[in-house]
Parts: sequence; structure tokens; C-alpha cells
Amino acid sequence: MQPFRVHSGLVAPLDRANVDTDAIIPKQFLKSIKRSGFGPNLFDAWRYLDHGEPGIDNAKRPLNPDFVLNEPRYRGASILLARRNFGCGSSREHAPWALADYGFRAIIAPSYADIFHNNCYKNGLLPIVLGESEVARLFDATLAFPGFTLTIDLERQTVVSKDGSMAFGFEVEPFRKKCLLEGLDDIGLTLRHADEIRTFEARRLAEQPWLA
Amino acid sequence: MRRTLYDKLFDSHVVRTEADGTALLYVDRHLVHEVTSPQAFEGLKLAGRRPWRAGSIVATADHNTPTQDWAHGIRDPISRTQVETLDANIRQYGAKAYFPFLDKRQGIVHVIGPETGATLPGMTVVCGDSHTSTHGAFGALAWGIGTSEVEHVLATQCLLAKRAKTMLVRVEGRLGPGVTAKDLVLAVIGRIGTAGGTGHAIEFGGAAIRALSMEGRMTVCNMAIEAGARAGLVAPDDTTFDYVRGRPFAPVGAQWDRAIALWRTLASDEGATYDATHVFDAAEIMPQVTWGTSPEMVVPVDGRVPDPDRERDATRRDGIAKALEYMGLVPNTRITDIAIDKVFIGSCTNSRIEDLRAAAAVARGRRVASNVKLAMVVPGSGSVKAQAEVEGLDLVFLAAGFEWREPGCSMCLAMNDDRLEPGERCASTSNRNFEGRQGAGGRTHLVSPAMAAAAAIAGRFVDVRRLS
Ligand code: SF4
Repeated sequence: MQPFRVHSGLVAPLDRANVDTDAIIPKQFLKSIKRSGFGPNLFDAWRYLDHGEPGIDNAKRPLNPDFVLNEPRYRGASILLARRNFGCGSSREHAPWALADYGFRAIIAPSYADIFHNNCYKNGLLPIVLGESEVARLFDATLAFPGFTLTIDLERQTVVSKDGSMAFGFEVEPFRKKCLLEGLDDIGLTLRHADEIRTFEARRLAEQPWLA
Repeated sequence: MRRTLYDKLFDSHVVRTEADGTALLYVDRHLVHEVTSPQAFEGLKLAGRRPWRAGSIVATADHNTPTQDWAHGIRDPISRTQVETLDANIRQYGAKAYFPFLDKRQGIVHVIGPETGATLPGMTVVCGDSHTSTHGAFGALAWGIGTSEVEHVLATQCLLAKRAKTMLVRVEGRLGPGVTAKDLVLAVIGRIGTAGGTGHAIEFGGAAIRALSMEGRMTVCNMAIEAGARAGLVAPDDTTFDYVRGRPFAPVGAQWDRAIALWRTLASDEGATYDATHVFDAAEIMPQVTWGTSPEMVVPVDGRVPDPDRERDATRRDGIAKALEYMGLVPNTRITDIAIDKVFIGSCTNSRIEDLRAAAAVARGRRVASNVKLAMVVPGSGSVKAQAEVEGLDLVFLAAGFEWREPGCSMCLAMNDDRLEPGERCASTSNRNFEGRQGAGGRTHLVSPAMAAAAAIAGRFVDVRRLS
């Protein structure tokens, strides 16, 4: 996994609550058996004026000029600013895959749905939680100042604007932080404890043989 | 210490704990379907690993499979590739059970787990699917995971997890006639909101929950995820044991007796405390209909579509306005004045035999209204379908003008050919009314099976209790 340490980038605001994973990546793109290539279909139904299907050349499709990510000022954004309960709904990891493939490295929102939040960490995408009022201030600043960028420092757990006028701390679980900072592979880490798993399993299956 | 059911289930699966409380949890049952598993098997392969315990895997193809013309196979080549990829992976690595496309017992993963006895009380059950919460109805700790975690379970038989907060939703009293588990859970979501359960495992308790059948409890736990919860739970009791007894993978003989003794300990201790508690009176719950694009946007059938101008919170007001625009609805419209184009009875929320019986009871001797273009019934599994046919429910539906289809997820998420066209309005027994969920531009109203059947007959939403 790609490590996450310090990241500075352009911020794009998605001003809607309860953005679900169906909206992040619609179901027709879930038929793929690959992990990559979802970026062009991120927010497909909002981003394009026509209906997308796998295999279509997305470069030829009409863009929806009213969708925020299509505004030239947000081109190249790598930090997504969102509202509460971002990523609710389906467990599809295609959602963080699409966000990461598009170029996002971090999301800032007041809250996330649990599974989505978890899936982000597995893909080097940092889901930062800030308070409602802090997020509201960031929305205001992003809209007011074209080219508004933020610097995220995972080690220090801070989000800071370029001129330093806005600085917020955020929480992250120590274990997740460590995995993200070092780009550690969860499975490799867990397999270091293979003996413990085996012992646990043997005891469990002996006590409850119907679980086998 | 007095422990909740959630704590007991969590504690009994902890292999080890990190310094910050992150636990390595052992997984008893791993349910697998075609959409969220190919990348996981590929990762496993690339790393030169094998499944830790293939005997924990129960797999089926459900999301992509067609619900008619099975003789023609899967026509969409991309869908077919995905289903064939699952076939190949299971062939290579093995499983406890596999119900492939065309198998007599193929069906929705959350229907076949319980009906085969692959889901048992006290288990941890995971699946690359958010509605894995369904299995919590058995007193199993069941939750949905992403594809990286599917690979993690395949490779290690474990998952990393933080202990969730606990919430008790206590529903006292009795549901009135014509009011179902679906109405109950929609009313709960309407009150606590789609993020109300975030970070929590919700235990459902109280007399109204105890009185529910296993089918009803599964409907409730299924939609716990729509309340944002990580898991839904109901403590197992005699209703649970009566359901499980005799199923293909359930223990038998002396093991059954031992299992029952253990399962009886799976209840929250008297006086155990929860991080949050919500109490409902079942008698106050009416049949529910969603009007918007989130399951929390729900009102009783005698209600009206809300008016955004009356909402003070700006984000909410905006949300209501956007939803009404998408849904093509005018503020203050009576729910019973909303006409529908299609009806879908199915999904892992409401496609079990009891759901089909409830819908058939309404459809019997009546006709689908002429303005309804399509009313379809999609059983949750081959076994449900066979049972319904034994009972003659298929004939009731067909006589009323419904279509009787092959099992699968179908128009719950419209990955196959079953879908809404842009602008079409549907009464659906599924669990999500998100934009485009049932087809791009489609408009979904979530209801119970009886309410869906009643809507099909009337051509608009009606209170099933008043259907003459
Ligand atoms: S029926 Fe719908 S919610 Fe259930 S597993 Fe299938 S797609 Fe998901």
C-alpha cells in the first residue's frame, strides 16, 4: 500500500450530505473484476450528462457543467471536502478505488459510514473527520478562494491552510496511523500471528465442532 | 462485569489485541458472492497464498444473474465473466458449499446463509456486502466488509476490528394488524436517521421484536445498516432454535444439545448498559412509505411529502429539495396520491417465504392496476421459490398479473436486466432508495411486501389495512 505521510493539495467541495457509494461509483461499473480504472466513472451519474456503461470511451461523453468536479478551478484536486455521513450504503470498495484512481488522497467530512471509512484506510486514502463547524469554514474558504489548498500531516494529525490561517487537529487510531504512515500490508501483519490464530482456531473448533 | 450480547460475541472471537484496542477477530463463516470477491481472490493468488479455511466459505452468484430465460445463460458478457470468475475461484480453492448460477438452491447470499443453516447463533459472519447485518437476527456477529478485507479473511481467517459502541433499540408492545417488520425498521430509521447508528452495533429487543418470526427479525437486522450501524443483533431464543433445527448445516444429535445450551447464554446480561438506547411503542407504528432518496426520508402511509420550506437546518432543507426534485414530487403531496409505474417484491430484505405469503394474501383474487407496467416477484432463493410453488403462491401472483421470476438480487440494485427506466416510479420491498439504485433516473419508494402488493393493485400507494 502507498504510504501516507504529508500531503498538500487542491481542495474540491462536494456540498451534499449522505453521499452514498452508489453515487460515488454506480453499480454497472462493479462488474469489473479489476481493482483499477474506476476513476473516469467516479460520480458518473452526476459528472456526465449521458448514461455511462462499462467499455464506453469516457473522454467522448458530455460533461455536466454544473457538477463541481467539472469546474476548471477544481481540476487536479486531491482533497475532497464533503458533508456528513459520506460513503453510506453499499460496502463496495470500488468507491475508494474510484476516488483514489481519480487522484484523491484524502477526504475531509464531519462523519463517514463505517464500512467506507474502513475501506479508505485499506487503500491509502485518508478519511479525516473534522467538526461540522470546521468543515463549514473549510467549505467557505474553498468557495471563496480559487486554488485553495490544504496540507495534511498525518504524523502530527493536522490540517493546515497554506497561509496558516486555518489549522485543525484530527483524530486517528494509532494502529491505523502506523499502517498508513509505513504503508504496511494488513495481511502480512496478521500472518505474523499465524500461530496464535491456529491455536485459537483449534480450541474453538474442538469446543464447537459444528462450526467446522 | 455485565456484558451486552455484542460484547459476548466480540470477546469470544478475539485472537489477540493491539495496544490501541484493535482486535484480531476470528471469522467463523465467510459468505462470498461474485461482485466483491474477484479482486480478493486475485490478490490472494498474486501473493501466493491460499484460503486459510476453505470450509468456512459459502458462496453463490446472485447480484448479476438474470431472473428469466435461464436457458439462455447470462447474456451480458461482463456479468458472465464475473460469475465465471467466481466459478473458477471456488473450483480452484474449494468451499463448504457453492450455489452457482442455475443451481436449484442458488439465491441471494443473505437468504441462503440462514436457510441452509450456514448461519448459526454465536458465529462471526462476514461477507463483502453491507447487508451482512441480516445474519445478526440469529445472534451472530455479522457485518459487511470491503474487498481488501475479503482477501484478509481468505488469507488469515481473521479481521482487524475495533469494538463498536452499543445501542439498544427496544420496541415494546405489539405491532398492529397489517404492520410488519419492514414498517418497524423503517420507522426506527425515520427516527434515528441513516447516520444514527454510525459506529454502533444495534441490539433489537423488546416484546415486539421477540414476537417477530426469524424472517421478520432478518428484515429488521438487514436494514440496521441503513441506520448506519455496523451490525444488527437479536438475542437467539426458541424462535431462533426452531428455525435452525434440521437445516442442512445445523448441528444434530448430541452436538445440537450442546449448541443449544451454549446459544442460550447469548443474551445481554440483566443490567448491562448500552452507549445509547431508543425506545419505541410498536402500537404507534403505521405502514411506512419512503418519499425521498435516503431510507430516513420516510413517513406513515397517511402522511404527506414534506415541505423543504418548513425545515430550518440548511443542509437538511437542501437535502429535501434535492430529493423531491429527483423524485419528481411536489411538497405536501399526500402519499396515497402518488401513482406508481412498477412494483418489485424481492431483495434480501423481503424475499423470504413469509414475505411472499404476505404479498400473495393481498394479491389473491385481485388484479394489478392497468397503469402499472410491471409488477414482479423475485424469490430470494431457489428454495424459497420451490416452497412458494408448493403453496401455490406463484399461481396467485400470476393470476393477479404479477411476473414470477427466478431468484437473485434483481431490481434491488439493477445490475442485471431488471431495472427502472428514467423517471419510472417503483414500489419496492428492497432496502435502498438512493438515486439511480434501481436504474438510472429511477424513483424508488421503499415499502413492506403487503404494501407493495397493495400498491400494485391500486396503482398508487394505499394503506393495505384499508384495502377493501
Ligand atoms: S438483494 Fe440487494 S441489498 Fe441484498 S445483497 Fe442483493 S443487491 Fe445487496
